[in-house]
Amino acid sequence: MMRRIIASLTRLFSGVRLLHRSPHGDGPAVFFANHTSHLDFAVVWAALPHDVREQTSPAAAEDYWSKSRLRRWIACDLFQAVLIAREGITRENNPLERLSACLESGRSILIFPEGTRRTDGEVSAFKAGLFHLARRFPHIPLVPVHLDNLNRIMPKGAWVPVPLIAQAHFREPIRMNEGESKADFLTRARAALLDQAEST
Amino acid sequence: MDRHLLYLLSSVLGILVVSSIIGAVLARRVQSEKGKATVANLNARIVSWWIMAAVFGGVLLLGTLFTTVLFALLSFLAMREFITLNRTERADHEVLFWAFFVILPLHYFLVGIRWHGMFTIFIPVYAFVFIPFRRVLTGATKNFLASTAKIQWALLVCVYAVSHMPMLLALPLKGCEGKNATLLLFFVLTVQLSDVLQYVWGKTCGRRPVAPHVSPSKTWEGTLGGIGSTVAVSTCLWWATPFNPLQAALMALIICTAGFFGGLVMSAIKRDLGAKDWGSTIAGHGGFMDRIDSLCFAAPLFFHLCRFYFGAGVDPQPPEWVLHLLGR
Repeated sequence: MMRRIIASLTRLFSGVRLLHRSPHGDGPAVFFANHTSHLDFAVVWAALPHDVREQTSPAAAEDYWSKSRLRRWIACDLFQAVLIAREGITRENNPLERLSACLESGRSILIFPEGTRRTDGEVSAFKAGLFHLARRFPHIPLVPVHLDNLNRIMPKGAWVPVPLIAQAHFREPIRMNEGESKADFLTRARAALLDQAEST
Repeated sequence: MDRHLLYLLSSVLGILVVSSIIGAVLARRVQSEKGKATVANLNARIVSWWIMAAVFGGVLLLGTLFTTVLFALLSFLAMREFITLNRTERADHEVLFWAFFVILPLHYFLVGIRWHGMFTIFIPVYAFVFIPFRRVLTGATKNFLASTAKIQWALLVCVYAVSHMPMLLALPLKGCEGKNATLLLFFVLTVQLSDVLQYVWGKTCGRRPVAPHVSPSKTWEGTLGGIGSTVAVSTCLWWATPFNPLQAALMALIICTAGFFGGLVMSAIKRDLGAKDWGSTIAGHGGFMDRIDSLCFAAPLFFHLCRFYFGAGVDPQPPEWVLHLLGR
């Protein structure tokens, strides 16, 4: 109930529309989006249909979200996030392992393969994490989500949001091709997110 | 309660019932693919009209406070669409925060306390000065004039102009006190009816475009037919206003013409930005701005003409406590 209310409020504030059906069908999926603001994960999460949302865990930075009990509650209990380490990676806290465990348990995940927020609304080159997940789970659909205008609602370094209308475009799911190189795959994934994929 | 207000609201109800019946008949009879799409859009528009008329009629009956709050909300949503499409820059972020969360609420507070003098100059003077001041603090100079002008325009069109409608409720009228809500309904009904009838005339017998580069769907036949028939209808509603039939006709002609140009101006801005509609919130119509663009430009004119020719000559004063607070 709480999650439904937070999701509705997020949509009301950001202007993002609720999807009426799952963007990828049934089962777990990897949603990957461009990253421009602190609101990104909440917006993608809020746009998903309720039953898909309940089964989706956004990836969130452990160093930030485990600092206080309130943050931990917001991340872990409210958004059901997977906390991943950004620095001091060891075998125990390898982000890939935690995300894989989440997918193996049948849940979907939401990641931001650029690694950090861009300030100008453009999309950086993707880091390798998405490639490793795709190789490890070849049957799980990868759903590109293009977030538009969020960098203007709450840009990096801003203290306050401005109530503009954002959009979350869910694109056709992609999968890794057999024998596809890391660079090729990451370029193709980024193009799919930007809807620049060559028609084949 | 002014009984004329109820008569006018009943007429609106009548128009809606008739148009719903026409929409249903057309949906059965039209066969061609293109025609079907037009009729589907027409029926979506009619459904939206029911909702908009119910909300507006409802707040008019509930009184000034509710009407003011509704228009404040409308200003907020319209400005949101306006700024969303007008790509502003990072350096505008803090200025925009002030525009949305400080200037807009303060302006509607002035409408709420009926402080006419301050209402008139708050945005054209104080906000006009404040916006470049705040923007220059960011130190960014790129597109400085364009950026500040966009925000000043947004405030003038979406907030200042729109707020003249609720302010009409506070305007003391000569010899017909308590008819302000009826006058506001007359204004909104005239401008919106003009939009609808221009659309109907344009769809049925529109041939020659008025401004093909700005708005290809606006035709001479639609514009003249729409404005002409609206003036005829609004003249027949003179009994609900402080006007005699001739004055009602002139007022209707002025606000329909201003509304037409307002729609054209907002279309020019949309075209420049490469968009067809301001938003997609209202089914069949587009965004809030698409629905109120003509009202924006007609409202200040109507307000001032009413005040000049039909006002009681005294402007509403703010409450004592406000003057006291400000050291007067």
